[in-house]
Order: sequence, then C-alpha cells, then structure tokens
Amino acid sequence: MEILISIIIGVLFTVGTYMLLMRSLLRVVIGTMFLSHGAHLLLLTMAGLQRGGPPLLGFDAEAYADPLPQAMVLTAIVISFGVTSLILVLAYRTYKVHKTDDLNQLRGSKDE
Amino acid sequence: MNNLVILPVLIPFFTGALLILFSKKQRIQKIISSISSFVILAVAIYLAVYVYQNGITVLEVGDWPAPFGIVLVADMFANIMVILSAIVGVVCLFFTFQTISPKREKYYFYPFYFFLLTGVNGAFLTGDLFNLFVFFEVMLIASYVLIVHGGTKYQLRESFKYVIINVFSSMLFLVAVAYIYSITGTLNMAHLSERVAELEQAGALNVVAVLFFIVFAIKGALFPLYFWLPRSYYGPPAAIAALFGGLLTKVGVYAIIRTFTLIFYHDAGFTHKGIITAIAGFTMLLGVLGAVSQFNFKRILSYHIISQVGYMVMGLGVYTTLAVAGAIYYIVHHIIVKSALFLFAGATEKITGTNDLKQMGGLLKTHPYLAWMFFITALSLAGIPPLSGFFSKFPIILSSFQEEQYVIGGVALLVGLLTLLSMMKIFSYVFWGKQKHTEEQAKYPAGKLLLPIVPLVALTIILGLAAEPIFSYSLMAAEQIMDPTHYIDSVLKE
Amino acid sequence: MKQLKTNNVMLHTLVRIVSFVVLAFSIYLFFAGHNNPGGGFIGGLMTAAAFVLLYLSFNMKTLKKALPFNFDLLIGGGLLIAFLTGVTSMLFGFPFLTQFFEYVQIPFMGEVELTTALPFDLGVYLVVLGAALTIILTIAEDDK
Repeated sequence: MEILISIIIGVLFTVGTYMLLMRSLLRVVIGTMFLSHGAHLLLLTMAGLQRGGPPLLGFDAEAYADPLPQAMVLTAIVISFGVTSLILVLAYRTYKVHKTDDLNQLRGSKDE
Repeated sequence: MNNLVILPVLIPFFTGALLILFSKKQRIQKIISSISSFVILAVAIYLAVYVYQNGITVLEVGDWPAPFGIVLVADMFANIMVILSAIVGVVCLFFTFQTISPKREKYYFYPFYFFLLTGVNGAFLTGDLFNLFVFFEVMLIASYVLIVHGGTKYQLRESFKYVIINVFSSMLFLVAVAYIYSITGTLNMAHLSERVAELEQAGALNVVAVLFFIVFAIKGALFPLYFWLPRSYYGPPAAIAALFGGLLTKVGVYAIIRTFTLIFYHDAGFTHKGIITAIAGFTMLLGVLGAVSQFNFKRILSYHIISQVGYMVMGLGVYTTLAVAGAIYYIVHHIIVKSALFLFAGATEKITGTNDLKQMGGLLKTHPYLAWMFFITALSLAGIPPLSGFFSKFPIILSSFQEEQYVIGGVALLVGLLTLLSMMKIFSYVFWGKQKHTEEQAKYPAGKLLLPIVPLVALTIILGLAAEPIFSYSLMAAEQIMDPTHYIDSVLKE
Repeated sequence: MKQLKTNNVMLHTLVRIVSFVVLAFSIYLFFAGHNNPGGGFIGGLMTAAAFVLLYLSFNMKTLKKALPFNFDLLIGGGLLIAFLTGVTSMLFGFPFLTQFFEYVQIPFMGEVELTTALPFDLGVYLVVLGAALTIILTIAEDDK
C-alpha cells in the first residue's frame, strides 16, 4: 500500500512541478495545489499507514492509528486552503490589472 | 510552566483581532496599535530579564506534557530575537503613521501588521518543528497581504512570484517534516535532538538536514535561492520594506541556526564546515556584487540583505562558540541597521519622490540631519569601528581564521570593503553633488520622518560603544545554544 | 457575467429547501466536534457553502439582504472569542489553552458535556465562515 501511494505522490509532484513551470497564472496556481496535495499525502504516508481504529472516544478497537500525523495533515490542509484562496484572489487581481495571464509578459522591464 | 512565554505571541494576535473590528476608525486603530506595540516591547524585555535570571523557560500549552503536546521555549537566543522584533515593530509602526496613505490604512493594514508580528514571535519561541511550520505560515500569509497591500501594478506582478516561491518552500518544509517524522517519530525539537543523537546523524538524516537547510535558505534568501528578494522588497512602501528587510529573512536565519545547533549538529564537518560555509561565502559575495551594480536606493539595500545573511550563516558555518556569538550579535546589529536604512530610503523617497540615485543629489545641504544620520548608519553597516557593525564582523572573521578557514575569512573581509564602497556610492549620489530636487521639496520638513529612525541610529551607536556587555550577553546565548543539553533538560525535565 | 433570462424556478425552490438542510447539518457538525468527526472548521465551511449556494441561485443583492452585516466582523469576533477562551485558563493559573470540562444535567436534554473547547470552536467557526465568505464574495462581486 505504501508503495502504491508513494507512486501517487510521485505523480502528484511531477504534475505539480510541470504545472508550476507553465506560463499561465492559473496553471501555476493549480501546480501549487498539486504540490501541496502531494506533500500532505507524503506526510500521512511517511508516518506509516496503519490499520487501527480512529483515535476517537466513541470507537472501540484493538489498536488505534497514530493521531499526530492526522492532526498535522488537517492543519496543513487548512493552511493550504487559506493560502490557495489567497493566491487565487491575487492571480485574479493580477490578471485584471495587467490584462494578461502570461507570465512571460509579467516579467517586467529592466529599469524599474 | 510559565504563561509569560506566550505573551509575545498573544498580545499581537489579540491586537490584530481587535483592530479588525475597528477597521474603519483610523484614530482608534492608531491609538490601539501604538499602545500595543509598546506593551509587546515591555513584555519582551521583561521576559528576557526573567530568562536571564531563571534560565530557559518553557510553557506546555494546554497542560499537555512535553514530547506530546506543544511547547513554547524561551532561551536567551530566542529572547534576543523577540526583543528585536518588538523594537522594529514599534519603529516601523511609527514610521507608517507618517508615510502611509489613508486609502491603504483602511484596508486592514494594521491587523495584518500585528498578525505578522504574531507569526514572527511564534516562530522564535516555538519548540516544535511542526509548530514552526504553522507560525511560518501565519507570518507568510500576513506578509503576502502586506507585500501586495495597495495593489499597484508592480506590486501585483512581483508579489505573485514572491507568494509562489514561498508556497513552494512551505511545501518542501512539509516534506522535510514528513521525512523526519518517519525517521524519528517525533517533532518536538528537544526530543528530536535526543533521537537524532541516538541514531547518529548519517545517510538519510543528512539528506533531511540538507532539505531543512534548503527550506530555510529560501526564506532567508541564501545563494542560490535569493533571486526573489530584491524585486519583491522593492514594491511595498518603505515601512513594510523595512520590516521585511529587517525581520523576515532573519526568521529563516534563526531557524537555520536553531535546527543546526540543536538537532543536526553531529556531522558538522559535512553540514556546517562544508555546505553552510560554502553557501555563506557565495551568498556574501554575490549579494554584495549585486548591490555594487545597482543604482536604485532600495535595490541596493535589498542586495545588502542577501550579503549580510551570508555573514550570519558564516558564523554558524565556522561553528565555534565565538563565531556563533558573533552571528547572534550580527543579527542584532543587522536587524537594527537594515531597518533604519530602509526607513532612510523611505524618507528620501518621500522628500524627492524617487528611488533612483541618479535623480537625487544635494540632500546634504537641505536636510543635513538626515544626511549625517544616514552616514553613521551606512558606516555601521560597512563595519567601521566604533559602530556595531565592526564588533559583529570581528568575532566571526577572527574565529574563521582561528579555525584556519582562510578562504571564507578573506571573502568576508573583501565583502566588507565592497559594502563600504556601495554605501559610499549612495552617500555621494544622494547627499553630495548638485541639488536635483525642487525648492519646494527642499523645504519638506524631515523631522517627523526622522523621529522614528532616531532610536535605531542611537541603538547602533550604543551597540558599538557598549559592545562589551552586549557581546558577553550574546556569548552567553551562544554557549547556551552550542550545548543542546540545556535546552533538552529544560523541555523534557529529566 | 451576462444574466441569462431563464426562469429557474426549479433551482430557486430547491435551493430554498436545500440551503436550510445544509445549514442545519452544519450546526449538527459544529456540535458533534470535540469527540466525534466535526467541529468548527467543517461546520463553518458548510455554513459558508449554504450561503454560496444562495448566492449562486439568487444574486448578491438578495444575499446581502439576508445577511446585512460585514463579514470582517465575523473574523475579528471569532478570533477574539477563540483568544479569550484560551486566556481564561491563564487567569486561573493554568497554561494557555488548558481545557476544562464538566458533565451537567440540563432539563429535557439529559446529561450534557460542557467543555471550554466549545467556545473556542465557535471562534474557529466564525473565522472560517467569515474568511470563506469574504474570499468567495470578493471575487463574485467583482464580476459585475
């Protein structure tokens, strides 16, 4: 299972990197999303995929899964939610002001 | 257990939340924020005194014991940083009052200013790697908003790049956290230090160490990852540029010093003397070369940030108590002087309306106080005795020669010379020569602009003249972080 | 965006019902948190989703009429509530954010667990709701 998920993480990172290197603003934003998904999945996988019950009071199980990586992933997801929405707004404003979403044209001139 | 430790994080957080409610009433905003910034400074100093008397102070948040819960740790090094952030916080706030346009003020400038301070202080005080990530994010999100605040064309374009590069480095941070959790099974820094010592840092752990170094190097603008800094620090108004230039990159440097003295210190030959020293050399040299080639006030200062981050990291790379003490002293000196210089850039921009050196001149005649204060600060940056710059470079370079690392020592000396050159270039272009600004601009009363900068200039002189007690304090802080057992014992209480 | 002049009675009628279901479920999720899946974050997002649904089927004006206040106040208020909950424990000499809980008999509801995590979660709920609505509606308002 770990190997399968590792491959998925690899794919996510590849796609993310590819998107990050593209010229369109929106694709770059989507690239960062893929990368952060990959990182979150990696965090969960690296902590070991366990078969225990959920570490909640209502559940009785023989063994419980390690709650720490889950808590961390949740925090990381919340943060990336906030950051992603901020980047989306920023990309949108940049597009509105500059009337282009091509990063090549957003390079700026030398003498600023 | 001591709740004092969390106050430097909580007070700005509370202030920020409160200011959101008063976002339309500028007077109240100003009053609340100025009171609060002084309270933070007072608390930071009190905490420093407390830690000085009682040793490393730890708070276990929510009463959960150390390796499991979240801890906040105040040791002397963290404390110095908190005091500095408070000082810069006060000064930049008052400079903001003078320069900011009312339009910007209404769009939640002050709340994000204080959220930024929350994140910065949190990053200094946390004793947990994942929490470091969280506080980094708090700081970064606030910085994203502040750097684009005002929304000019230039800002939007460059901020987007700044945001993307930082999001990328945050993602790498998570990856590094994932790896180290899978190797050691803990994220508490004291606990990590123990586990890594048991495992004998090699192989996979070295890779993780370098990964952490890359993450913090992006935030701290080290070679070859500094390319984002000069362009993005050019956009925002001077007060924000000063806060960022003085404080934000230093959070990255702080994280490097913390992790590489507390956790990854076992293979110093490879990490410290090899990678860190080499990168420090390149950072110093390329940063200062960039500064020499520029003809724009703010750009020059931005490149100088890079070259000076190199000095600090070099102090860590040489890795003796004296060198690390020098690095700490250098951070103190740099935060104060660099913020002051950015504020000078803001003041001259406010007077002449430009940042281009070639379009300025003759300010010495019309604004002599501004000129001479700038002169003192510039000399301090270049490292002329008896100002603070000299006493911070001296121990670093001295210990590099003692450790027989002549190349890096030589590079550091050369960079000092080039720094002097580019600072004098600014002085001669902006303050000497023919007056290029109009008579009306010449009558601009600079007193109000200078008032917030005066304490910084005074501090750099005091840091130089009273170097002995302050240096012995940073020596004590260095001794404390060079021996991780202090930190581990006070966190895990064994 | 061009307003299409179609008659979307179906959508309007459905959204009127569905949004209330979503709102009710979001409140359930909010209270279910702490010991079970749920909590302030998810509850806040769900509530925001209900309002966005309203915006999608009606328009900005109707939504503003239904929620005649500034969302920024939600963020500030939420942060303050969360902050004050954490600080309360400091006043009694415990570390920041220490939790307290008590089982209380409330008439008609039987034994209920009251914790200080609840007001903290309420703060989170308000912040998430305010932030999500602010972000989504900022872009939406721009469209006209």
